[in-house]
Amino acid sequence: MKQYDIVIIGGGPAGLAAALAAREHGNCQVLILERDRELGGILNQCIHNGFGLHTFKEELTGPEYAARFIERVQEEKIPYALNTMVLDISAEKVITAMNREEGLFEIKARAIVLAMGCRERSRGALNIPGYRPAGIFSAGTAQRLVNMEGYLPGREVVILGSGDIGLIMARRMTLEGARVKAVAELMPYSGGLKRNIVQCLDDYGIPLKLSHTVVDIQGKERVTGVTIAQVDENRRPIPGTEEAYSCDTLLLSCGLIPENELSRGMGVEISPVTSGPVVNESLETSIPGVFACGNVLHVHDLVDFVSQEAASAGTHAAAYVKGLTEEEAAQRDPAEEQRAFPVKVQGGIRYTVPTMIRPDRMEEEQVIRFRVGDVYRNRYLSLYVNGRRLVHRKRQVMAPGEMEELKVKREQLKDCPLDTEILVTIEEES
Amino acid sequence: MKYDVVIIGAGVSGCAIARELSRYQLKIAVVEKEEDVCCGTSKANSGIVHAGFDAPSGSLMARLNVAGNEAMEELSRELDFSFRRNGSLVLLFDEEDRPKLEALYARGVENGVRELRIVEQEELRQLEPQVGPEAVAALYAPTGGIVCPFGLTIALAENACTNGVEFYFDSTVTDIRRKGDGWSVCTADDVFDTAFVVNAAGVYADVFHNMVSGTKLHITPRRGDYCLLDRTTEGFVKHTVFQLPGKQGKGVLVSPTVHGNTLLGPTAIDIEEKEGTNTTRQGLDELQAKAGRSVANLPMNQVITSFAGLRAHEDSGEFIIGEPEDAKGFVDCAGIESPGLSSAPAIGELVAGLIADRLHPLINENFCGSRKGILNPALLSKEERAELIRKKPAYGTMICRCEMVTEGEIVDAVTRPLGAKSLDGVKRRTRAGMGRCQSGFCSPRTMEIIARERGISMEEVTKAGGASRIICGISKDSL
Repeated sequence: MKQYDIVIIGGGPAGLAAALAAREHGNCQVLILERDRELGGILNQCIHNGFGLHTFKEELTGPEYAARFIERVQEEKIPYALNTMVLDISAEKVITAMNREEGLFEIKARAIVLAMGCRERSRGALNIPGYRPAGIFSAGTAQRLVNMEGYLPGREVVILGSGDIGLIMARRMTLEGARVKAVAELMPYSGGLKRNIVQCLDDYGIPLKLSHTVVDIQGKERVTGVTIAQVDENRRPIPGTEEAYSCDTLLLSCGLIPENELSRGMGVEISPVTSGPVVNESLETSIPGVFACGNVLHVHDLVDFVSQEAASAGTHAAAYVKGLTEEEAAQRDPAEEQRAFPVKVQGGIRYTVPTMIRPDRMEEEQVIRFRVGDVYRNRYLSLYVNGRRLVHRKRQVMAPGEMEELKVKREQLKDCPLDTEILVTIEEES
Repeated sequence: MKYDVVIIGAGVSGCAIARELSRYQLKIAVVEKEEDVCCGTSKANSGIVHAGFDAPSGSLMARLNVAGNEAMEELSRELDFSFRRNGSLVLLFDEEDRPKLEALYARGVENGVRELRIVEQEELRQLEPQVGPEAVAALYAPTGGIVCPFGLTIALAENACTNGVEFYFDSTVTDIRRKGDGWSVCTADDVFDTAFVVNAAGVYADVFHNMVSGTKLHITPRRGDYCLLDRTTEGFVKHTVFQLPGKQGKGVLVSPTVHGNTLLGPTAIDIEEKEGTNTTRQGLDELQAKAGRSVANLPMNQVITSFAGLRAHEDSGEFIIGEPEDAKGFVDCAGIESPGLSSAPAIGELVAGLIADRLHPLINENFCGSRKGILNPALLSKEERAELIRKKPAYGTMICRCEMVTEGEIVDAVTRPLGAKSLDGVKRRTRAGMGRCQSGFCSPRTMEIIARERGISMEEVTKAGGASRIICGISKDSL
């Protein structure tokens, strides 16, 4: 059985950044396993620009952003296997994988970074009634068909869901010669970035119908139309508000679900809120030496944050593999090792990553990422440690579609007692 | 074209009859309006092999159900499709209804259902811990089973095809006329002259019957909505859990599938439209409410798809099998609603026997009754699987990551006898696209394989034949 220090499951933006950081910080033997035909993941089909503003201070397309990382992976000679499907990972970190060339094989890893990304919520999971004809696509599938394969999935399009991929695809389909008749959004606010609403819908005169959903799909063979209705505050369609749209295509952009089948299979604890692994400050899951980052951990809005998070996971994985030198071990305070502070949420914050911070393992400054459950205007994001407010930051607008973050410094947690609690919350006034 | 037997409809009944008839030296055609077998009622149903206590004693339904149930196990080995005797429970919620449960038990015994018994509260909860809090007792039928309806129908069809039965797809029968002692069956492209016609046309069986007979049939499409839950729910229920039947049939059930999913359904709504397989909001809501009574804590967040099927309900409520007095040589196989799937093996034998008695055909010495299904590499040992990939590298390329289906399996599905032509055809044969992402990731790859293996362009690949094309052109072609 082949052995590696760190095996990274997934060669998308998270896997690439994790691999580079692991190599850089530990000079570890790293292997990337990727199921698709090339590295880069979903970035390869995101041919629009707007990637990398935070990381590279310039606007790149998805493939360009991916290429920056792929080139570095190749320069570093980090090995990767394409068209390779991981079938199973055991709790002992034995990975069973498969491809055409090597057949079915096993790899033993000392540490694993989970970076499998996410999938789109399907029509079935949304339980939209109606017929089941051709012409219903998740936005990402349509994006692949158009951007990577050059096909047009339809000519008259209605989009359900205003997630970023849906918004991007409204513009893309228009540019490729289709007519996008409307984007319907169940919630009273969009799930996508503000800039995408402006640049992808407003600029092309595509109506965004908030608090609307698809209540029927017509067409026996190919979609011939959909019915859209307004919904009440409980998201139930309001009778009498139905509007018929004739179209041959329905695109769905109704949320992303982290793909944690492998994680569950190996026994990693999964958060019911994020559908991703529960992790500590090192982005380490409930199984020591197994780390997670990117959309498999929680769904991100910007790839820049994926890269940052993944670099942190890769760094921690490398540290795990290296272990402590004798000198470092001797310096460790046994009392310190027991300190693990839970991060709690309140007041409209849905979750945090991480959910636990061990001060002796954290970096100088720990990023806490999270999402809010509703649209909030002119509120404060606050971080408390044992009831003492350490961060209090005004935010003009917060929305579920955008990821938020706060930072806590190691210094701030230095002398805290064993039963310390960290609280992240939204507050009305100062 | 001259045939001995023309079977209208390539559903489970038509295919079972075709396979039984292929034991004889007969020239047989199956004429199907869709592009594939198993596209109507046989496609969208509960996949249950009923024990046989529901149908009135002495009825054809009761007899064929019990016989079909008994035959299913051996047939599943012969034809290599998934079948499992998981046992079924009919729940009693209200002591007042106990006489109804006891009547059901008595009927089952009279119908010849073996091992049937009533279980009380404690044993019921041992058997099925998830049953709802209202349940007080149940009728337990250990012989009840589950089957993959596509697996069964496709296996029967492939085996019939291998034994010489000819299949005509995309062929809608437009007329049936007397010709001498036999019949002419007309489609848009062909005229089939034949001694016998078998009318296995599902919800359309009344249309064809009424073309040739003065004694009219009337079939009501009875729509049933279903929800399918992800395989993550495997083991959530072990038995098929029914409620006491009402006027509209057996009511909503919660059942495992042979593939590890959980199935809820069906509702029962009588409609006019014979193609009305649309789900409705009311139907799906009703389904969830009713299923929630049978089983507590249904993980509805694990729903991966919903669909609707049509039962072919004849006004008499009985299977109508045989020749009408005024149309000799025309054999009805009509009103095949539940327990039609369970009865299919027995229906096949009955109808084939009926025709054989009249035509006295010679035995087909070359008949081979066994068929090998599509190889599922997941069932091999690691060593065997590695060896398979060495020999056939296509088994090393994963296409459907949710259901773990490889390129090798999809190629097999497309290239075997009566192979898949569409995404749905591949899905029914291999499960590719049937998982939690509902083909979001794999459909472009599966399309490529279909296009390559069938020598067609990507634009010609359909979801389910006809006008169900997936893509309608190339980018910017209209600009």
